[in-house]
Amino acid sequence: MDELIKEVVTPFVDHPADVQVTKESSDRGVTYVLTVNKQDMGKVIGKNGRMAAALRAVVHAAGLAHHEKATLAIKE
Amino acid sequence: MKEVTVSGKSVDEALALALDRLRVARDQVDVEVLEEPKKGLFGFIGSRPATIRVAVKTDPVQEAADYLLNIARKITGDASIDVQELGGREYVFNIKTSKQAILIGKKGQTLNALQYLVNLLCNQHAQHRIRIVVDVEDYRQRRKEALENLAHRSAERVERTRHAVKLEAMPSFERKIVHNALLNHPSVTTRSVGEEPNRSVVIDLKEALKDEKN
Repeated sequence: MDELIKEVVTPFVDHPADVQVTKESSDRGVTYVLTVNKQDMGKVIGKNGRMAAALRAVVHAAGLAHHEKATLAIKE
Repeated sequence: MKEVTVSGKSVDEALALALDRLRVARDQVDVEVLEEPKKGLFGFIGSRPATIRVAVKTDPVQEAADYLLNIARKITGDASIDVQELGGREYVFNIKTSKQAILIGKKGQTLNALQYLVNLLCNQHAQHRIRIVVDVEDYRQRRKEALENLAHRSAERVERTRHAVKLEAMPSFERKIVHNALLNHPSVTTRSVGEEPNRSVVIDLKEALKDEKN
């Protein structure tokens, strides 16, 4: 999953080395925290948050496939 | 992007060396001459080799297809994709997998997210806009038929009740299907209201028919 999120995001950023994904589990499911370079925040959020929405949809789908309730958080 | 920097006695020699190393044909690369060769005194003192940078041209459509295949495989474990060229820089990427429902998502949400990402990636470096439709085994066709049915049923309801009907929010290409389905309808018109991504189609009675009876 971490791998998947990285590969979805990396082609869009200017600083691929700064893309990191960590995992936080709670009773409400798993939250993947995506960290990117400050300069890439805009790219990851996208126009009207469309990129972020698309990323969340992909993470959610991948979570379903692996039987977990996955959500995505984005951090600088 | 794959690229190499090579030196040789002449530009041609360096290029031949680079193509051999990259294992591609001449028309698949971009060549940039970094340093012209110089013949020195007596052929060796002060002579300088030619240095060129050779980069393999990437096909944005192929790149996008590889990207999608990789993601679809990571999600489902068993995806394959079929690229179809429609002409006019339009392509269809059809995904085959045993886990169709997951890749499609509720009302095509996941599919639309993947389509958005793939189009964005493909058009990042492209000079001309390329349009890619991401599909899973004819889902788009089935959805189109479902939307056309919905359009006609809603139009009937508008005629019967004489009240406007607002459909749920849809992406632009789905709204277009609804608009087109009712384009030549004798008694209703359609328009879109709201802001993306919550824009939706409203089906209403034609103005000329509104005064009747009331």
